[in-house]
Amino acid sequence: MDNVFKALADASRRLLLDRLFVRNGQTLGELCADLEMTRQAVTKHLAILEDAGLVATVRRGREKLHYLNPVPIRDIQDRWIAKFERNRLDALNDLKRRLEKPDDQA
Amino acid sequence: MTRPDFVYAIQIATTPERLWEALTSAEFTSRYWHGRRVASTWRKGDPVVMTRSDGGADFEGEILEVDPPRRLVFRFHVQDGAAMQAEGPSRVTYDLKPEGSTVRLTVTHDEFPEGSAVHAGISQGWPGILSGLKTLLETGRPMPAAAAAGCD
Repeated sequence: MDNVFKALADASRRLLLDRLFVRNGQTLGELCADLEMTRQAVTKHLAILEDAGLVATVRRGREKLHYLNPVPIRDIQDRWIAKFERNRLDALNDLKRRLEKPDDQA
Repeated sequence: MTRPDFVYAIQIATTPERLWEALTSAEFTSRYWHGRRVASTWRKGDPVVMTRSDGGADFEGEILEVDPPRRLVFRFHVQDGAAMQAEGPSRVTYDLKPEGSTVRLTVTHDEFPEGSAVHAGISQGWPGILSGLKTLLETGRPMPAAAAAGCD
């Protein structure tokens, strides 16, 4: 999980993910266009994102297409964040059960 | 050459053989794919069906390419819901690539018909399925049911 958080802890990389969210499957050239980052910087950031699994690439002919891969984020949500939500849902269930019990069993 | 619509990847600490089994065995899929069971004889041209726990078909398809434990390609035709069923099939590709002691599974979902209704649902479905698959293979336990299913 660490390398996903580290990859996300950079504004330029989050911007690249935002761009892919708007339009997925872009080449390096397409991503560099209208960004103020140098091609070299974009390449470096994409490598970090790919290493963390946040970007998946596909070869199409001579070009490499970059795709936003939300699976690692979903994995963090399912394995780590959801357990806090489960506790909240359990608490709500407990409350519901208590409210629905007849008074003499409260 | 057209670009695929969806490309998802997940890295799982397992072997290609075990991952292939998890992708192609009903016993496995029932534990990470919302209780659904996959069935096929897994040869090129063979049909493939994913069945819901109530017995209804979730999707049907046809095996286009099979190269265990490296690559599997199949047509994906949603059967669940009139609008989705009326649509033509799309295509799913599984690529399994060993990386040290892990395997990288890349799922490519493409060839959606024009104006696809299935398209929107796919982006919600795959991340959860793949996340559940990873948890099952790495911990031996299924993911706890999403959002405590059954909590009304």
